Amino acid sequence: MEILVCVRRVPDTSENEIELNAAGDDIERDDLVYSINEPDNYAVEEALQIVTRVGGNVTVATVGGEDDEQILRREMAMGANHGVLITDEAFGGSDGKGIATILKAYVQKGSYDLILTGVQAEDGGAQVGGMLAALLDYPLASLVNSIEVLDGKKLKISREIEGGNKEISEIDLPCVLSIQTGINEPRYVGMKGIRQVASIPIPTFGVSNLGLDPSAVGDAAAKVKRVDYFIPALGKGAEILHGSREENIDKVLELVAAKGGLK
Amino acid sequence: MARIFAYIVHKGGVVDDSAFELAAAARKIDPAASPTAILTGWGADLDAACSALRTSYAEVWKIANEGLVYPNAELIRKVLVKVLPSDSIVLVAHEHFGIDLAPGLSIKLNSAFVSDVLDIAGVEGTGLKVVRQEFGGQVSAHVRCDISSGAVITVRPGAFKPQDGAPLSGAVIDKSAEVGSLTAGRRYLETIVAEAGDVDITKHNILVSIGRGIQEKENVAIAQELADALGAAVSCSRPVVDAKWMEKSRQVGSSGKTVKPKLYLACGISGAFQHLAGIKGSPFLIAINKNPKAPIFQVADVGIVDDLLEFLPELTAKVHEMRTVAAK
Repeated sequence: MEILVCVRRVPDTSENEIELNAAGDDIERDDLVYSINEPDNYAVEEALQIVTRVGGNVTVATVGGEDDEQILRREMAMGANHGVLITDEAFGGSDGKGIATILKAYVQKGSYDLILTGVQAEDGGAQVGGMLAALLDYPLASLVNSIEVLDGKKLKISREIEGGNKEISEIDLPCVLSIQTGINEPRYVGMKGIRQVASIPIPTFGVSNLGLDPSAVGDAAAKVKRVDYFIPALGKGAEILHGSREENIDKVLELVAAKGGLK
Repeated sequence: MARIFAYIVHKGGVVDDSAFELAAAARKIDPAASPTAILTGWGADLDAACSALRTSYAEVWKIANEGLVYPNAELIRKVLVKVLPSDSIVLVAHEHFGIDLAPGLSIKLNSAFVSDVLDIAGVEGTGLKVVRQEFGGQVSAHVRCDISSGAVITVRPGAFKPQDGAPLSGAVIDKSAEVGSLTAGRRYLETIVAEAGDVDITKHNILVSIGRGIQEKENVAIAQELADALGAAVSCSRPVVDAKWMEKSRQVGSSGKTVKPKLYLACGISGAFQHLAGIKGSPFLIAINKNPKAPIFQVADVGIVDDLLEFLPELTAKVHEMRTVAAK
């Protein structure tokens, strides 16, 4: 099975406190730690596990800039066969539909049976997978938390629905699946693994070799644009305890007792 | 202003709470709107759901077809593309069905798409300005959406308060005849209900709930020891389950359990809305987190900025100490 996994590099919120920049038009990016978007990493792991079971190749692709090569190499170190950087100045300012349009053009250059995305990016809208499927007229399933290959033509998949329940469906290939976190346990990638793939060339694609109309992507085509970032005016918010740890513990126990605990 | 529609999720003849929130969102986009509800399904359940919305919507479009008994997003997308006028604004709840339906619907309608909207900031010409959150709720963003050729908007459940205004008397209009062929590349087989698990966190009055801040599986014991001392149960947020540190049955949130404790100790939990959606009944919420900017502090009653791996064991020791003193 030929599998394409669309990935993104994002600020890692488990490593960063996100703050606004002085102008308020962006987050402060100077000291941010970036990593692969977490659900995308699960998607790559899932693709690798499918290929282990039924054979095939895994390609990871990202729409971005030079810095994004770093996550492609990380996923190649995990075992992805190919990395592809889709980059062009004309792509700047693309909205979700713009990114999906770019990915569609790349998908049509190849012959993929299955396309995976992460369910959502930290700064994204859980949208590109669904848009890409619609542009390609492929079936879609979002929030996928298990995949079983039935034959060369269809999969049996599970979607995460309310209350931890699972919705089981059959889906025809080729299709697009957006992968939910927790579907597997992504393998560890060490520095050694990344060094081993450091010199593998990563092909790039842009407007010309994808045959894209530049007016269909990028800022000019975007119907959806972020105007600014802001920190919302809070409700009353928590009463923050500023005492010593010992004082705070006493206060917590007082509150626990008052609420009927510690009987 | 374009006509506003809301696609309504319903089950067993009962409409989802989001139905009334979408009506409120429609009026916030356009106070003069006469929003239309669209429901798909079959039989008495569909009729009951349609009737329930007549007082909240100016019109209720009913699309009945045996092939739509189970809501398959691909089929419903095809139906909506047929029945919706061009340039419509379509609202859908941002939950598992909406995530499946909405992005592709926007492509097929050739309209703008914006997801998980928390608030409407205003309309300027063909620009609709909405509020979203990014980075797990640490920052909010204003997003401008060009609605000149319509829009599909998913709305965060719970973000819009249903309005009490004068009840409408919307007519139910049967659009079933407009349904074309119903074939999809994805076919529903069955629903597997979540396993109960060893501990029923929905039955506990006190929950010690842990998030990513617990850092590793071995540290779950730290929370368990505190829970044992307090006569509480340990619950958790999604990352803890994703990492396989606790069973899915311990997860609080929209994709986990809905709990109604009296006291909720959120330990190392950032406070993503999907987690908060699982906490009902307004428990007293104490949050412990290293990150002073964690969104959990916006909703907690009391917050402590500290390392839970140090704080919790000391708290547990103090509980034991108190019990020993009390026993003497």
